[in-house]
Amino acid sequence: MTAIDAPTVRETSPDNRSSAAELPALSIDRLSHSYGPRRALIDVSFAVAPASFTALLGLNGAGKSTLFSLVTRLFGVQTGRISIFGHDINRVPSEALRLMGVVFQPRTLDLDLSLTQNLQYHAALHGIARREALKRAAEVLARIDLADRAGSKVRDLSGGQMRRLEIARALLHRPRLLLLDEATVGLDVKARADILSHVRRLVTEQGIGVLWATHLFDEIVPSDHLVVLHQGRVLAHGEVSRVIDETATPDVGAAFAHLIKAATKSGNPSS
Amino acid sequence: MSTGIIGSDQRSGFTFAQYLTCLNGIVWREGLRFLHQRERFVSALVRPLVWLFIFAAGFRQVLGISIIPPYDTYILYEVYIAPGLMAMIQLFNGMQSSLSMVYDREMGNMRTLLVSPLPRWYLLFCKLLAGTAVSLLQVYAFLLIAWFWEIAPPPIGYLTVLPALVLSGLMLGSLGMLISSGIKQLENFAGVMNFVIFPMFFASSALYPLWRVREGSTVLYYVCQFNPFSHAVELIRFALYGQMNWVSLAVVGGCTTVFMIGAVLAYDPSRGLIRRGPGGGET
Repeated sequence: MTAIDAPTVRETSPDNRSSAAELPALSIDRLSHSYGPRRALIDVSFAVAPASFTALLGLNGAGKSTLFSLVTRLFGVQTGRISIFGHDINRVPSEALRLMGVVFQPRTLDLDLSLTQNLQYHAALHGIARREALKRAAEVLARIDLADRAGSKVRDLSGGQMRRLEIARALLHRPRLLLLDEATVGLDVKARADILSHVRRLVTEQGIGVLWATHLFDEIVPSDHLVVLHQGRVLAHGEVSRVIDETATPDVGAAFAHLIKAATKSGNPSS
Repeated sequence: MSTGIIGSDQRSGFTFAQYLTCLNGIVWREGLRFLHQRERFVSALVRPLVWLFIFAAGFRQVLGISIIPPYDTYILYEVYIAPGLMAMIQLFNGMQSSLSMVYDREMGNMRTLLVSPLPRWYLLFCKLLAGTAVSLLQVYAFLLIAWFWEIAPPPIGYLTVLPALVLSGLMLGSLGMLISSGIKQLENFAGVMNFVIFPMFFASSALYPLWRVREGSTVLYYVCQFNPFSHAVELIRFALYGQMNWVSLAVVGGCTTVFMIGAVLAYDPSRGLIRRGPGGGET
């Protein structure tokens, strides 16, 4: 396995939160999950550093959505450990969840509510008072160029606009880790490029750690970190350029194909 | 397009005001959804009104009601079934709320709620309260129309019935929530209609007093006695006339607690029923 070992996770309390900057934004340690007899994730370990863009690359059915459901606590952890800036998702879920923003693969906006109302609802779920919520909503809508649509119903937006709104919503409570599960699926080329560059700016300008699940090679650049997930196992993780070098291939697509082929040949994706 | 907000909220724990903000937000959203679905409001009213105007009028001469508590005189059949119809509104509303939870889960909206950092039991409780608040609007709208049909409890009854409606709304809502946790697909909800709503409604004291049921079938009488919906109906009936049915209060209170704990456990990610298999779209 191409490796950058997952860093050791320390438990933090609110008192030593100042040291949180040194901790990985997301740490996944020996995580396994099964649906009955079918194993969806097998011994998965990797970390996402603060202010970094990590692409989680895998085919459909690789286990990406299961991983997201576990990290966001929609499912309970069966084996292994997940920490957000040192906060164990099982032991201190509130602390972990408040540091995290999520954009799920299916649309999670309320189509019959306006843009502002959707943002207000999200803010309320994070305990943000109405006045502050309206202020933040106006700010984020201006930043994603949707201020003039604030009162429109969400169902009147295009797919790309909805995604931008979902990203803005995920940032409303000012998280330090952003998870995006196939956020560009179903969008046209321009909308995809816009969203991707928007998220990359969040990393460079605000120091947010991003985990970007995708199956599209062209969304990954050599300076990104890469986690290759296949049939529930991590085949490789590390900087993209390093994965390409170690597989002696010309690009991400070829490296991915090489890893899949090797795993299939050995009959054990983890070897 | 530029990027989002700079800075990060890093407080620890939640204040009482934040809990209240969350509750307000969930109730507000449920209210907005209700207002946007005018057909839902109309159908929620039409259903009991059909029972009241057509069914009750037809059966008035067939079903005689003797003097039974809380009534201190002979009453029309319409007056007798009014509390049952109020409970029916809440029963359908509770199940409709659970239907919306299944829909939200399929459509993904439910995830927004469940990834909130506030405790999950609290989020579910807020959701229950929101559903109950919506059912109260429907019940009072029904009472207003029923008043024109000469179903007029004592004026104080409109106030004393409120706590009973809140409790019965919570019980039926938490039952719906518990059921929703076990439903994997929206299509399966039709079964809830046949196996939960209809049996609960008909095997209760909503349409006929239980002594009447006993004359027909002792077994059915005991089924009705064990049906928590019967006790919700009786709690509402007594409260509407400014009286308290302690047994019903105990049963409804107990069932609310049990159903609520069940729903919270069911939505607990480590123990819950909502974990989906590989066919559930989660891979």
